[in-house]
Amino acid sequence: MSSIPRSRLHVPRPPARPGEAPDFSYVVLSPAGAVERPDPNAPTSQIEYLADSMVRVLDDDHRAVGPWNPHLAPSDLELGLRHMLLTRIFDDRMHRAQRQGKITFYIKSTGEEAVSVAQCMALRPGDMLFPSYRNQGLHITRGRKLVDLMCQLLSNTRDMCKGRQLPVMYHWREGRLFSISGNLATQFPQAVGWAMAAAIKNEDHVAASWVGDGSTAEADFHNALLFAEVYKAPVILNVVNNQWAISTFQTFAGGEQRCFAARGPGYGLPGIRVDGNDFLAVYAVTQWAAARARTGAGPTLIELVTYRAAPHSTSDDPSRYRPKDDWEHWPLGDPIERLKSHLIALDAWSEERESLLIRQCEEEVAAAWREATTYGTLSDGPQLDPDTMFDDVLKERTSNLERQRRQLAQERAKP
Amino acid sequence: MSHMNMIQALNSAMDVMMARDPGVVVLGEDVGYFGGVFRTTDGLQRKYGEHRVLDTPITEGGIVAAAIGMAVNGLRPVAEIQFADYIYPAYDQIVSELARIRYRTGGEFAAPVTIRTPCGGGIRGGQTHSQSPEALFAHICGLKVVMPSNPYDAKGLLISAIEDEDPVVFFEPKRLYNGPFDGDPDKPATAWSSHPRGNVPEGHYRVPIGLAEIIRPGGQVTIVTYGTMVHVCLASARGLGVDAEIIDLRTIAPLDVETIAASVKKTGRCIVAHEATRFAGFGAEILASIQEDCFWHLEAPIQRVAGWDTPYPHAFEWEYFPGQARVSAAIKATLEAS
Repeated sequence: MSSIPRSRLHVPRPPARPGEAPDFSYVVLSPAGAVERPDPNAPTSQIEYLADSMVRVLDDDHRAVGPWNPHLAPSDLELGLRHMLLTRIFDDRMHRAQRQGKITFYIKSTGEEAVSVAQCMALRPGDMLFPSYRNQGLHITRGRKLVDLMCQLLSNTRDMCKGRQLPVMYHWREGRLFSISGNLATQFPQAVGWAMAAAIKNEDHVAASWVGDGSTAEADFHNALLFAEVYKAPVILNVVNNQWAISTFQTFAGGEQRCFAARGPGYGLPGIRVDGNDFLAVYAVTQWAAARARTGAGPTLIELVTYRAAPHSTSDDPSRYRPKDDWEHWPLGDPIERLKSHLIALDAWSEERESLLIRQCEEEVAAAWREATTYGTLSDGPQLDPDTMFDDVLKERTSNLERQRRQLAQERAKP
Repeated sequence: MSHMNMIQALNSAMDVMMARDPGVVVLGEDVGYFGGVFRTTDGLQRKYGEHRVLDTPITEGGIVAAAIGMAVNGLRPVAEIQFADYIYPAYDQIVSELARIRYRTGGEFAAPVTIRTPCGGGIRGGQTHSQSPEALFAHICGLKVVMPSNPYDAKGLLISAIEDEDPVVFFEPKRLYNGPFDGDPDKPATAWSSHPRGNVPEGHYRVPIGLAEIIRPGGQVTIVTYGTMVHVCLASARGLGVDAEIIDLRTIAPLDVETIAASVKKTGRCIVAHEATRFAGFGAEILASIQEDCFWHLEAPIQRVAGWDTPYPHAFEWEYFPGQARVSAAIKATLEAS
């Protein structure tokens, strides 16, 4: 009878489910070198186009082209490749250790290594990093000993978290890497507060933080953007759009109509969408945002478009919700392969040197693992003294904590 | 020394600390140019500038998160949540983050943040301007929870809170901002200027966190209370002519169990009084502690006086509020039990 259309509920869905052909036609690419590079101090109103395009530097022939080319020396590129390779090999070994029952839980960053490594290399040692749980590359790039990371994974006697955190929830005070929370996006507005303090203290340090596409749905994401823009905090806010929040496609976080970078201009700060698997583009965009922050022009929201090649965690089986060979069809490729090909195109690398580097990284990881396990595992000694459970709740132990510590000691003394 | 009401005493605490330590910053809704809706931060921005006294967006979660980041970067933030009723959007940042940063990093990082927030009813604030959520925070490991009952303690405790290496949630009973309140809304209000605890040193001093105070010694019955109810209990004890020992907790967590237990062992009788809702209120924790430590000394069941298990109703504020009648009935019941 009535021809008036009725309201309807739109339920997003991913482009392909198990058994279907992978479909990445929704990923809007810009050709390498096509996006203009504005002055880092340009007003937000003049650079909104950065959220609608995609900054890319490496072209199909593995050459670095266009205004975003950071012109890195081959030695820096080689270092970046090394950090990425080490991260991937570390991930693979730790994933295996979880499958062997040596650690309880692990999260790989496979396919996203350029995000942590290139961004960390573009920042300074004095800058403070507020990572998410898929940023192990930050620790590796800042020179954290692998043994230290492994001891945390093992909850052993040298666990920096003293057995209180799930594996992968590292921190490193000396390396200026903040602790990882299990609650999503909480670190995002904290990074803004850190950056505000840096500005209040007149320091030129910058803060950077990372969340996934799914976490942009959290209130803390919006709180962070609002505070960052209101106070022009020297902070870089990164959304790692790896397309999946466990089994939930990024469209459920609102990425269907507008990309996540576009939320920046909505708050009055620039949003840049970048090819997250292009080491050079990620480096260049981060360097640009850091310059903007350091010179008082304020925060930047960066969307790093990438793909979570691995499961969400060792507790996840992605073959239940997406095509098995998805990753192989991802249009932005593998960040390690792309940087390697670029170095080869520069005549600064070879397959032989690559094989040698892989072997070195594998040996480094293996040696670190052998050492780490001598400090204990969750099941084998030596083990942490449970007495330490009562430390660090507050700076000083209160009388109730002291009573409970004694009670536990008595319980443990009984046969 | 000068006469101050609680607002002035709190203002003075922040003033003293901001003058002593350039790292102390104040942030919150309306705290800057305007000086706070209760005027608690009045004049601070004029004196210390816009970089140390920050008006913020209406984003409680953002305020606390920013304060955490600032503290991690070496500042001493004092964050104001305009009403304790608005603290819930910041609850995750307080509970999952602020309270646990020291613990989860094995002591490597810490966030010494003070969160000030006006609490309690009696100002015709309805169900969203009257709550006393202290029990929700006392339950969280890693937080200190404070609620003063007078200007002298308020200033000394706030200074201690700002200097504390641990996060402190600092509840301010807003019914006490301008003067003591004995629970009778029809009686003319008295000002702190005629009360000994309104005599407040101008400079720096501390009231220690974690220590209760026996504000009235007595032998017949122990009354454990804090905040606004301190004055209601005093008035009830006086009215009944009972030799009651009244303990003002001042700090909810960590709880000074020793002072409570010593008193109850002496008197053998006890009442616990707070304004917050009774069910799973903080009184339950006090009762449990007394039961564990003093059971064989008790001569009567412990009585609990509290707000009803309803939200704070605007039209029936004085029926909700645990006034002198409810306290007096509990004292009598305790003394009459054998």
